[in-house]
Amino acid sequence: MLDYVKQVILVLSGKGGVGKSTVSTQLALTLKERGYKVGLLDIDLCGPSVPYILNLENQNVHQGPDGWIPVYLDKEQRLGVMSIGFLLNSRNDAVVWRGPKKTSMIKQFLEDVCWQELDFLIIDTPPGTSDEHITVMENLRQVPHCGAILVTTPQEVAIEDVRKEVTFCRKTGIRIIGIIENMSGYECPNCSECTNIFSSGGGKSLADISKIPFMGSVPIDPRVGKLAGQGLAAVKELPDSTTSRIFTEIVNQLTDPTTSD
Amino acid sequence: MSNVPENAPQHCPGTQSEDAGKASACAGCPNQNVCASGVPAGPDPAIQLIKERLSNVKHKILILSGKGGVGKSTVTSLLGHALAARKPDANVGILDADICGPSQPRVLGVRGEQVHNSGSGWSPVYVTDNLSVMSIGFLLASPDDAVIWRGPKKNGMIKQFLSEVDWGDLDYLLIDTPPGTSDEHLSAAQYLSAAGLSGALVVTTPQEVALLDVRKELHFCRKLGLPVLGVLENMSVFVCPNCNSRSEIFPATTGGARAMCAELGAALVGRLPLDPALARAADTGRDPLAPLADLPASPAVRALHDIADKIVAICEKTSS
Repeated sequence: MLDYVKQVILVLSGKGGVGKSTVSTQLALTLKERGYKVGLLDIDLCGPSVPYILNLENQNVHQGPDGWIPVYLDKEQRLGVMSIGFLLNSRNDAVVWRGPKKTSMIKQFLEDVCWQELDFLIIDTPPGTSDEHITVMENLRQVPHCGAILVTTPQEVAIEDVRKEVTFCRKTGIRIIGIIENMSGYECPNCSECTNIFSSGGGKSLADISKIPFMGSVPIDPRVGKLAGQGLAAVKELPDSTTSRIFTEIVNQLTDPTTSD
Repeated sequence: MSNVPENAPQHCPGTQSEDAGKASACAGCPNQNVCASGVPAGPDPAIQLIKERLSNVKHKILILSGKGGVGKSTVTSLLGHALAARKPDANVGILDADICGPSQPRVLGVRGEQVHNSGSGWSPVYVTDNLSVMSIGFLLASPDDAVIWRGPKKNGMIKQFLSEVDWGDLDYLLIDTPPGTSDEHLSAAQYLSAAGLSGALVVTTPQEVALLDVRKELHFCRKLGLPVLGVLENMSVFVCPNCNSRSEIFPATTGGARAMCAELGAALVGRLPLDPALARAADTGRDPLAPLADLPASPAVRALHDIADKIVAICEKTSS
């Protein structure tokens, strides 16, 4: 399974709505801009967001001789995407499934998608520490280069759930690459006053307590929010933004042969 | 097929079919063993048990959202406070059905409390005289503890919460759920089928990424025949504390909840602005509506009282 994938990166968070899908897609787009071959797998079965963010809604998955062929964002096929969103008839359709059915769907996603050769496979997950996460971890056990990026927002309510995710990673023995703090501050477009809507510094202190590398704080930037739905990379469209700087750093770290195992 | 129960999983072969309990769709269905055994059994005895246990609860409301982090738990706790503050003799209970990420103990400021067991069941934790709460958070030894459970175990926990908590007489029971349309939601709706749910309050934020998942949640409610009391739009606008200008942090590029409600025929019960003071109150667990709270009459507090009034009106109307 996943024999032709050089590195697998899981994007996790105990909390919902902290920006896992935004981080996953921006990470994939940044890697793609650097010239890597990237796959993005969305295992959030009840709330798939990746097709919308990348402007790939209404695309179809085809069956090839070697398995399912992912949907490609670009003609050069440098970014392939797989999500349950491609398999639903309407965007209003709900996937009302209990655990075991979700488990078998994820197994299929991991085993039956023909990714070809990939430098990176990024896996976007739903919030929590349940069926989807256990299944992915069990199946990735045989994959050698595998790590997790945790996403959080600064407020205590979110940090509390992310601490549980750290425990989950430790229990299942997955390497934690680092923590990203999202939605750190908001700059009022009128008076430029920066308000820490969801307080501040929570991600950094969690990283310190749990002894995990801190990868940076991404501010709330409505310009980045607007990129959702268009499938555009922040590093390309908004090269001056903090978001772009942080993703560049993260990619430097991921592709630096001395830091990865 | 007439023998397919209404709340069965998709592709259920039917309880009388030869494949009952053996088809792939049966995996994970709580009735799989019953169907496979070939003995026609009645409904889950727990459903009746829960009906009796909750017979003194007037209105039971599920707080749902397909999307995470939109403020289900915050809205639940605020609504709990608002409903409890309306009448001092009204009793409100909050059940936290989010097993993997329980937030109620923190947002209500009762972390570290213990749940006690007595002859009449588990006693919930009292936040104020007339606001009580039950959450798996009270049963964990440390805040770092992760509940790494698959569906069936979560279902068992929810069943226990519904059947064994001694709420006493309640006017409102608010059930906070995790994001999604899966085990917890199906179980809660199924176990409460006999006890009678007043309906669901669906929480969303204005941006399309969130609305996309919330559409799925409305579809889920329709599939299950669960009445939708209304949709609440959270984090609508941000009022800068410095210059009081309004800005949209999560821009409603597709018309926000209003447009979605119009399209799918749901009622919009209100819009809650983003207020850093409320976020802070949720972090520290203070009651932002308490008369002595340092929160000024913020637009968020006013909006919240309006929403509580509307929900009370809807509940009273449906029960009479």
